[in-house]
Amino acid sequence: MDISYIVFIPLIPLAVFLLLGIFNQQIKPAVSGYIGVLGLATSAALSYYAAYQYFFVSGKVDGVYPTFVEKTVWMNFTDTLHIDMGILIDPISVMMLIVVTTISLMVHIYSRGYMHGDAGYTKFFAYLSLFSFSMLGLVLATNLFQIYIFWELVGVSSFLLIGYYYTKTSAVAAAKKAFIVTRFADFGFLIGILIVGYYAGTFDFQTLNAVNPEGEGLLFQWGASSFMGLSVITWALILIFMGGAGKSAMFPLHIWLPDAMEGPTPVSALIHAATMVVAGVYLVARLFPMYYFVEDGFALNIVAYVGAFSSLFAAIIALTQTDIKRVLAFSTMSQIGYMMLALGVSSYKGHEGVGYMASMFHLFTHAMFKALLFLGAGSVIHAVHSNYLKDMGSLRKYMPITNITFLIAALAIAGVPPFAGFWSKDEILVAAFEKNQLLYFVGLFVAGLTAFYMFRLYFGIFWGKETKYHHEPHESPMSMAFPLLFLAIMSIVAGFIPFSEFITADKAGFEGHLDLPLAAVAVGTGLVGIILAWIFYKKENDLAERFSNAFGMFYKWTFHKFYFDELYLFITRKIIFNLISAPIAKFDKKYVDGTMEGIGNKTVIISEKIKGLQSGRLQDYAMFFVSGVVVVALVFIYLWT
Amino acid sequence: MIAGISIYEIFTLTSILFFIGIYGFITRKNLISILISLELILNASAVNFVVINKYLYPDVLQGVFFSIFIIAVAAAETALAVAIIINLYRQISSVEVKDTEIMKY
Repeated sequence: MDISYIVFIPLIPLAVFLLLGIFNQQIKPAVSGYIGVLGLATSAALSYYAAYQYFFVSGKVDGVYPTFVEKTVWMNFTDTLHIDMGILIDPISVMMLIVVTTISLMVHIYSRGYMHGDAGYTKFFAYLSLFSFSMLGLVLATNLFQIYIFWELVGVSSFLLIGYYYTKTSAVAAAKKAFIVTRFADFGFLIGILIVGYYAGTFDFQTLNAVNPEGEGLLFQWGASSFMGLSVITWALILIFMGGAGKSAMFPLHIWLPDAMEGPTPVSALIHAATMVVAGVYLVARLFPMYYFVEDGFALNIVAYVGAFSSLFAAIIALTQTDIKRVLAFSTMSQIGYMMLALGVSSYKGHEGVGYMASMFHLFTHAMFKALLFLGAGSVIHAVHSNYLKDMGSLRKYMPITNITFLIAALAIAGVPPFAGFWSKDEILVAAFEKNQLLYFVGLFVAGLTAFYMFRLYFGIFWGKETKYHHEPHESPMSMAFPLLFLAIMSIVAGFIPFSEFITADKAGFEGHLDLPLAAVAVGTGLVGIILAWIFYKKENDLAERFSNAFGMFYKWTFHKFYFDELYLFITRKIIFNLISAPIAKFDKKYVDGTMEGIGNKTVIISEKIKGLQSGRLQDYAMFFVSGVVVVALVFIYLWT
Repeated sequence: MIAGISIYEIFTLTSILFFIGIYGFITRKNLISILISLELILNASAVNFVVINKYLYPDVLQGVFFSIFIIAVAAAETALAVAIIINLYRQISSVEVKDTEIMKY
């Protein structure tokens, strides 16, 4: 299969970014939107073509989907250790191409309506294209270092887009917070990469992940050196997962994601729901053979438990939030935790790899319905000019398309058949049930919570109280409605894709089937959540308030996100700044700077004193010269031996 | 070799000449006088060249040639110095050394 044209999939958005970025002032807003959409549409078309070629024309070789790589050496260290730039095509990267280009295209189209009349319209599209380029480069990376470079690039574009309304203090703070937290996590990632480079001698994914039946290669020889009772490779994997956890907002590095909602809503849909935040999941999936084989999957267990805890933690917080975008942000975090959980309980071979497949499946379906939820929320915010539930209610009368599509997405995320979320969530629960019952019950509970808070949101926005609006809300223009409809269709049909035949850990594929009892339990839990939400929020009543009062303290803690922001602020401001940074700063000012400034000051004083020597009188100079000569002559005559 | 005069006597003479020049250079207040003192210094060394050549290596002529060089260079240098002094006089109407202190800037 010829894969050289795939390199254009990321390069076209880059070209669009450069065009819009450089000619920011010259290009009229009306044109720049079309340029952005056109560029992404080309990329999307190429991605679909590549997927078709890969899965249906090229197909399996010896029963597995082959991996195609095209690369050039970029930096050469030793014969085996070099950093390459290139593209890697295997089932998950092809799937991610589809996800990223589809969502990005929809968000581009949507933004033409949503950002209409904004002063930085062209700039916005330039940033969106930059992000698309970085994310596609990340997906196609052939080695750890390339993925790291693009990893940072998506971080930068995320920073730029969160801080897009740069006159708003909260947006600037949120952008900084997102960047610093993810950078902190990436520090772990970088150390992990360096450890892998040192002990394995290569960054290349194919070499690292090579599963040889003879038991050769890194996957089976990880025990060479150990640190604190664990193999160094396991440590590297844990550190790499730290990077992934930062990007994917896993506990305890999740604090940036809710604040990132300060960015424009299309950005939240693209970056903080569908694509960038799943980069961590993608990273673990990319290195899955390493996670699974090295030290019998110790690092993978950590992934599973962190995922499960984050999922539960975020779902509980989401119950109490009143800003609709923040509910969706915590919901995203919860769903990503689900994907991590699924990866964590997966095995490698054949049908036992159901967790891996379920994780990728959920990534795919989640991207569709979560982007839809965000775009729907954007549509609502566009209409009522507020983010808060208290300003909304009974919007179904004014916004029929948004209502229907939001309902579809909510049903999908709640796991109601036949919508997409049902199929992927069911696979995750099956995988968890087979491996670890505890994680299964956590997953099941989270599924119930998800259904509840999603329908709390739905009923709160579109039903509930009759709100008096200053000016009547109206349905969004076609440019915003079209992506909603498209993604709604995707949210319905995406579940019917036979994912297990295309994307599995060993790339061989297996016959997927529905586990009826487990599916029935999951759907039942979801329905309970929905019915509870119905009782609480369908009609305006004080049931919810009485209930939250009954919980009292716990409700308050949840509402304040368990005070994690405050805790982090306390640790950084009070402990790190005051106890560590302040003394170091003082030492630096007093001694390091002091020495240097002292040298400078002394020089100034000395030169003040001796500058009288340069009098400008010719004969003074002659005098100095002659006396010097006399001294030298005397030295030569009497002291020279 | 000059009959009846030893090399030491001639060296004494040139040393006296040289130090008169140095003394004049340092103490005179007028730029022209300084220039004249400079000439004395140069002449002392030129004479030394000739004498050393004559007394130590009588069969070669390098020292003599060198003294001719020195005379030529001294002439050029004097011309230059006089030109500078004339220009200076046009600017500040003075050839006193104490008035040329500003030249350090």
